[in-house]
Amino acid sequence: MTDPKLVEEAAAPAAVPGAEALPPDAPVEGAPMRSQGRDVWRQFRSHRGAMLALVIFAAIVLFVSLGPVLWRIDPTFVDYRARNQGFTLAHPFGTDQLGRDLLARMMAGGQVSIAVGLVAMAIALSLGSLVGVLSGYFRRLDAPLMRLTELFLALPLLPLLLLMVTLFREPLGKALGPAGGTFLLIVCAIGATSWMQTARIVRGDVLGLKEREFILAAKSIGTPAPRMILRHVLPNVVSPIMVAATLGIATAIITESALSFLGLGFPPDFPTWGRLLFDAVDQMQMYPWRVILPGAFISLTVLSVNYIGDGLRDAMDPRIRGR
Amino acid sequence: MISRMIALPLALSLATPALAERGGDGELKVLYWQAATVLNPYLSTGAKDVDPASMVVEPLALVADDGSLLPVLAAEIPSVENGGIAKDFTSVTWKLKPGLTWSDGSPVTAEDVAFTAEYCMDPAFGCAVLAEFEGIRSAEVLDAQTVRLNFDAPRYAPLQAFVGGRTPVLQKAQFQACRGAAGASCTAQNFGPIGTGPYRVTEFRPGDVAVFEINPEYRDASKPAFDRVTVKGGGDAMAAARAVLESGEYDFAWNLQLPPEAVAAMEAQGKGKLVASFGSMVERIELNQTDPSPELPAEERSTRAHPHPVLGDPAVRKALSMAIDRPVLAELTYGPAGKPTCTIVPVPATYASGRDDCLAQDIEGAKAVLDQAGWMPGADGVREKDGRRLALLFQTTVNPVRQDVQALVKQWWSEIGVATELKAVDGASFFGGDPGNPDSQQRFNADAQMFTDAFYIPDPASFLNKFVCSRIPSAENQWQGNNSVRFCDEAYDAGIAALHASAEPGKRQEIARTLTDALTADGHYLLPLIHRGMVSAHANSLAGVAPNGWEGQLWNVADWSRAE
Amino acid sequence: MLNFALRRLMLAIPTLLFISLVIFLLLEASPGDPLGDVPLTVPPEVKERMREALGLGQAWYIRYALWLKQFFWVEPLYWFDRAFGTDFSAGMQRIISFQSRSPVFDVIAQRLPQTLTVVGLSYLLGVMIAVPIGIVSAYRQYSWFDQIGTFVSMVGFSLPTFFTGVVLIIVFGIKLQWFPSIYDTTLRVTDWDSFLAQVRQMVMPVTVLALYNAAQISRFMRASMLDNLRQDYVRTARAKGLSERVVVLKHVLRNSLIPVVTVIALGLPAVFGGAIITEQVFKVNGLGQLLILAINANDIPMVMTLTFIFAALIVVFTLVADLLYGVLDPRIRYD
Repeated sequence: MTDPKLVEEAAAPAAVPGAEALPPDAPVEGAPMRSQGRDVWRQFRSHRGAMLALVIFAAIVLFVSLGPVLWRIDPTFVDYRARNQGFTLAHPFGTDQLGRDLLARMMAGGQVSIAVGLVAMAIALSLGSLVGVLSGYFRRLDAPLMRLTELFLALPLLPLLLLMVTLFREPLGKALGPAGGTFLLIVCAIGATSWMQTARIVRGDVLGLKEREFILAAKSIGTPAPRMILRHVLPNVVSPIMVAATLGIATAIITESALSFLGLGFPPDFPTWGRLLFDAVDQMQMYPWRVILPGAFISLTVLSVNYIGDGLRDAMDPRIRGR
Repeated sequence: MISRMIALPLALSLATPALAERGGDGELKVLYWQAATVLNPYLSTGAKDVDPASMVVEPLALVADDGSLLPVLAAEIPSVENGGIAKDFTSVTWKLKPGLTWSDGSPVTAEDVAFTAEYCMDPAFGCAVLAEFEGIRSAEVLDAQTVRLNFDAPRYAPLQAFVGGRTPVLQKAQFQACRGAAGASCTAQNFGPIGTGPYRVTEFRPGDVAVFEINPEYRDASKPAFDRVTVKGGGDAMAAARAVLESGEYDFAWNLQLPPEAVAAMEAQGKGKLVASFGSMVERIELNQTDPSPELPAEERSTRAHPHPVLGDPAVRKALSMAIDRPVLAELTYGPAGKPTCTIVPVPATYASGRDDCLAQDIEGAKAVLDQAGWMPGADGVREKDGRRLALLFQTTVNPVRQDVQALVKQWWSEIGVATELKAVDGASFFGGDPGNPDSQQRFNADAQMFTDAFYIPDPASFLNKFVCSRIPSAENQWQGNNSVRFCDEAYDAGIAALHASAEPGKRQEIARTLTDALTADGHYLLPLIHRGMVSAHANSLAGVAPNGWEGQLWNVADWSRAE
Repeated sequence: MLNFALRRLMLAIPTLLFISLVIFLLLEASPGDPLGDVPLTVPPEVKERMREALGLGQAWYIRYALWLKQFFWVEPLYWFDRAFGTDFSAGMQRIISFQSRSPVFDVIAQRLPQTLTVVGLSYLLGVMIAVPIGIVSAYRQYSWFDQIGTFVSMVGFSLPTFFTGVVLIIVFGIKLQWFPSIYDTTLRVTDWDSFLAQVRQMVMPVTVLALYNAAQISRFMRASMLDNLRQDYVRTARAKGLSERVVVLKHVLRNSLIPVVTVIALGLPAVFGGAIITEQVFKVNGLGQLLILAINANDIPMVMTLTFIFAALIVVFTLVADLLYGVLDPRIRYD
């Protein structure tokens, strides 16, 4: 264990997220980078909620990724003689209206949902933060980028998505195989249609930030723009981005299920959490577990990501670290 | 004077206490979860629009559930015997019932009928049911009560126009200004047609709700029993079923294609009942006779230039049909809304071929058929022959019931060594005829596709006509044409010509049966799965509901009443 | 500031024209057909006639120009005529929906009341719940109030309204029968009883939507408050001896509102756009349901008009948000 006092001293100047990504020869602070990362982790660990969330999230990821290795029933295998079963040894989560094993379907569905949620969220956030920072920071880019944001906000989603599938499904499927092509199409479709809110929020924050003393000070000593953005601007808008990230995962998981209703998503017999939830709503009264299970998994995932985000933000904020 | 003397004893006999009188039963609340957007059937043929409109505007005759015709505004059904149908089949003469009045009090005359025909046939109008008026050269008014429809050539199935709720009689005075291109801006007329039916429109909000009140001029003085009718739209089938069967907020809900167990459980609560009516709807799988391979250039995919490498083999088609367990399919996915079937023309009974040899599933037999034809299982269990694999792409529209059917069929086909990839397409995109859309059923860029098809008059000739060679969609005709399976057979085309040229019913029925079997039970180009019914729910307190497979649900709303 | 606003409004005109062109081209290019609902038995020739009757026979740029003329010239004239009893628009074709063959604006006017009352009220309630919750959650971070708030809002946000709405209907509409599950758009509020009926039928959709909105806004409020509570100026303010109330509600809150204002400003046009799923679940049949119906039926004039109004609102409200930034943080200047 490092001496806590020393760490605090070392990290105090400006410990920021994304700092790890910077070149090690950052000239302004001579902070040792390794101990900074460790320090964030140490602080993160002291956040009980975040640790619990991390454990739960890891468990969910293990469940969906390793589960199918152990539980080898094909999630699309139809056995209509064993349909609508409750919790049994052969089917721990029961079976659906065609006798497909729900445990296997939850696992397979989770793989897709978590992957789609994380990747689509990441695309939307990167796009949104990029547009937001650029347009908030560079006055010349502000007008064109914000008009672009308005355009995207105004476009009707459904026809846009339908058009995207029509144009790209076959070429992508040819290039990446049907599963890979569909995945890329879906995450891009969700990402490309949900970055605007983040962009607007980040821009609003950057506009105010830009006029603050520490930015003006950094500017006056000639800090180049890229470093300004990475070092001083981004770290200070990270909390709304974190919120957008947690909300974004939930939206992406649900949007994916909506996309499969446009015939945009994965093949129709392929489960995802959002789809399992939607399909079960009609039978909610007879088979409540069929809605509770996917609903609980989606909520747990979103909740755990939210707490991990909280913990990360606290851990990376130098002002409260060590308190 | 004479008529009054006859009417008097009739009226007395009707005045027994058990029989309803006009009004007094309050409000009838009906749910059509797909909401009506216009109340003029000449602009939209969807049941969501035609059914509510059928309470207001009426045709000359209706098709009864058994396929026979019932006179509505007509005094009798024209036939060769009564002289209504010309001996050479070149004209039909309709006589109106005497004393009919529109809801505004003016008399209904033959002029109105002739006007309606001209209104629809106006080339600038874009009439949605123009096909029913096909071949009519002119509508001739013989006297105030009689109109003659003259054909340009003999038509042996002459009773099409003005038969059924899709072609009602409109009031000339009201629609006079709406002819041709002007029809588009006649909002007041299209939202509130003046009719002869039991109700008239008081309020109409497109896509939301329609409110009706009693037509004071309705010809039967003892009907209807309900003072007001509200037809509400929106939501989905499940919500509609709940509102009738569980909360009892509504009296009637239409088109409940739902998981069988869910509706059965709701019905068991005892608040309402399910009723099903079977028209001509058949859910079927089409096996593409041309090659949909994405390797081909777009304008040559799924065209006759490239026959299908696998589905051209009759043995494969037969095996695919044998592997399907239709009774199980019907029970698991459609419940009360479907019966297993082997034909695409299940009604009228006189035209149905009656073949049921496809109903028993035969996995072993299917394997044997494929073995004999030389399709042998490969390393991964998928059958192959000369380097061609039995791997199919199977598409349909996005619909939970259809997705369940897809999953079951995929399972059965995998058992005989056929690999299936499933695809679901948005319904609007699948059925839309946009030539640039590669996912439409006309483009058919898949090996198999599933949907429902239907016809509306009890004679399948024009329905069977769509499988002739000249109707195959291709790049030349902008992918229009409704022979989407791309079936082409000279013998079939000759049969269709013979069907159009025969007047004798027995002969027509025989030809129709042979043609249907060539497509299904013998050729297996189309795999009929389910004869689909229209399932509705009504509250126990609602009496008189008698759904009709041809005419939808509200056709006899005048007879509905509140049971004690 | 005024200068800036005027310049932005001038700039909005070409922006909106461009947006309308993009929307039009998008609708043209996307698959689907206004005649998709026509039965398969209808022969292609008949379909072709119907297509022509809808004006689809013409090239896209002619139809686009026609729409522009109808939207910017005929419709304003028509409304002017209605207001002043003149007849400048006589004989001019208004924008007509493909589906209902009625003027698009008449249908929109029919739908506006229920959307504004249900979606608008729920948005208002959502904001009114979210802001205090966000403030308290941040001020007492990791207290039980904050934990419960976080839990409820994240679960609430991750469960889609197609699920929560149906649960409410089953519990309160069917089992308890407290509220109707089907919204009656023909209900007119004339007396106390009809007012109560109106309130009863609004309870469930408003609750679902308000909670969904509140979940989102409260998260942003909380995060932003947390950021600002840690700033030096807070310490300074406290050191100066300002009361905690003044510090939190005046200084911190004001500085924290920028992201919240953004979220709210982006949400307000959505009030007009309606809530597609919630409107469907409760059969409110407002603008959201109208838009989805029109999209499914490829009713291009309707979709075009609705999305264009929506776009105009977005442009206006982003401008409002930009102006509010300047009010909230005087350091932000645009000139």
